[in-house]
Amino acid sequence: MFKRAHYVAMAAVLILVLLLLSLPDQTAARVKLAVSAVFLPLFGLSQSTQTATGKVADMTLPKGVLINQMEQLRRENETMRLLQMQFDAVKLENDRLRQMIQMKPQTTWKPRMAKVIGRDPANWWRTVQIDVGSAEGVQVNLPVMTSQGLVGRIHAVGEHRALVVLIGAPECRVAAVVDKSRENGVVGPSGTAAVLDPNLVELSYLTRSSKLEPGQAVYTSGLGGIFPAGILIGSIVDTQTVEHGLYVEARVKLAVNVNQLEEVWVLLPPAKP
Amino acid sequence: MNAITLIAILACTYLVVFAQSTVNFVRVWLGAQIDLLPALIVYAALSGNPLLTTLIAVFGGLWFDSLSLNPLGVSIGPLMIMGMVLLHFRELVLREQMSAQFIFGLAAGAAVPVMVVLVLLTLGKQPLLGWGSLWQWAVMSVGCGMATPVVFRVFDLIEHWLSYQPLPETTFNHNREMKRGRH
Repeated sequence: MFKRAHYVAMAAVLILVLLLLSLPDQTAARVKLAVSAVFLPLFGLSQSTQTATGKVADMTLPKGVLINQMEQLRRENETMRLLQMQFDAVKLENDRLRQMIQMKPQTTWKPRMAKVIGRDPANWWRTVQIDVGSAEGVQVNLPVMTSQGLVGRIHAVGEHRALVVLIGAPECRVAAVVDKSRENGVVGPSGTAAVLDPNLVELSYLTRSSKLEPGQAVYTSGLGGIFPAGILIGSIVDTQTVEHGLYVEARVKLAVNVNQLEEVWVLLPPAKP
Repeated sequence: MNAITLIAILACTYLVVFAQSTVNFVRVWLGAQIDLLPALIVYAALSGNPLLTTLIAVFGGLWFDSLSLNPLGVSIGPLMIMGMVLLHFRELVLREQMSAQFIFGLAAGAAVPVMVVLVLLTLGKQPLLGWGSLWQWAVMSVGCGMATPVVFRVFDLIEHWLSYQPLPETTFNHNREMKRGRH
């Protein structure tokens, strides 16, 4: 039977929960970061263990394999340098032309590498924790990507840690544009399929006349102000008309496999002159 | 249950929450992460005391929410309700039976996420839900049910190691020895 102590415990917990839920957003975020700081030693330990395991694995690699990898990287490096030279020339030309027609120069983002250290333990959210925070210049709403494509945006920032909301979550909708057809839409969660396949998102609010084909690439459009234009999101899988043919929706396969994220790039804003 | 056992069980709760955030293979294989906090609450309510149940609900819930996009404190209420319901009926439960542990783990694993999602929807949040959530719910319930007997074995072992054990009593007692014959 219920004793007095049980009622006291229930009442105390109820008051605590109500207090926590009624905290202002900023205070709640700070309290949350403070509470999650208890996991910092374990995150550190986990990272050190992974690094040590990686080093041991590297040590056991045969010399021949290492030489092959080095040769391959050297060739890639040379190709990249040539591309960089071309890019620099095009950028200079672009800046000069922009100046001539008095257009604002394009923003150059500063990428900062981060390791994924944890995932959302709840199944109804899609977030990851990364090992960089305000101390490294990370702020809320900065875009996060990998070399394959867009990953998401920063949702909350601690001193040496940040929470990233992944693309496809209801909290991370992205203004997108389809390659070639230049159709604009919004990328969001893909209805029921999104729950089990996090790599599938939905491109909605496309016009009825839009001509889309499977395989067409989808990029960020730059509208909305959070994500810079031109970051690859994924490719179209199929399309369907919705709302009695009023507009078209397309399912998009993400370019990044969000289940296997290990390292990501946070795009830091350029330093103010 | 002494203070050291209580601290050890809380430390396990801490590790369980951390593991749920960092161990990803279950999510990749089955499409859902298994939540073990309901299993811990079942153990606390059936084998522990109200203090342990409250501490696991509060700290487990806080730690879980701090690593998640959940508003802080959302998970505490459902865990506490589950723990108190089990505490209320603990005298009627054959808590040493593995089948009972499985059933209660299954029920807790099914009820707690539903309550959390209901609270989230009440708060106006938009958790990612769909038909696939039913599969995730089934995986979470069965996973929690299967983990509960393991949690009981592990924590019983911890309690055995960290608590004073009663000395074994033999039926033979020197003070009460009856000696017959001439002495």
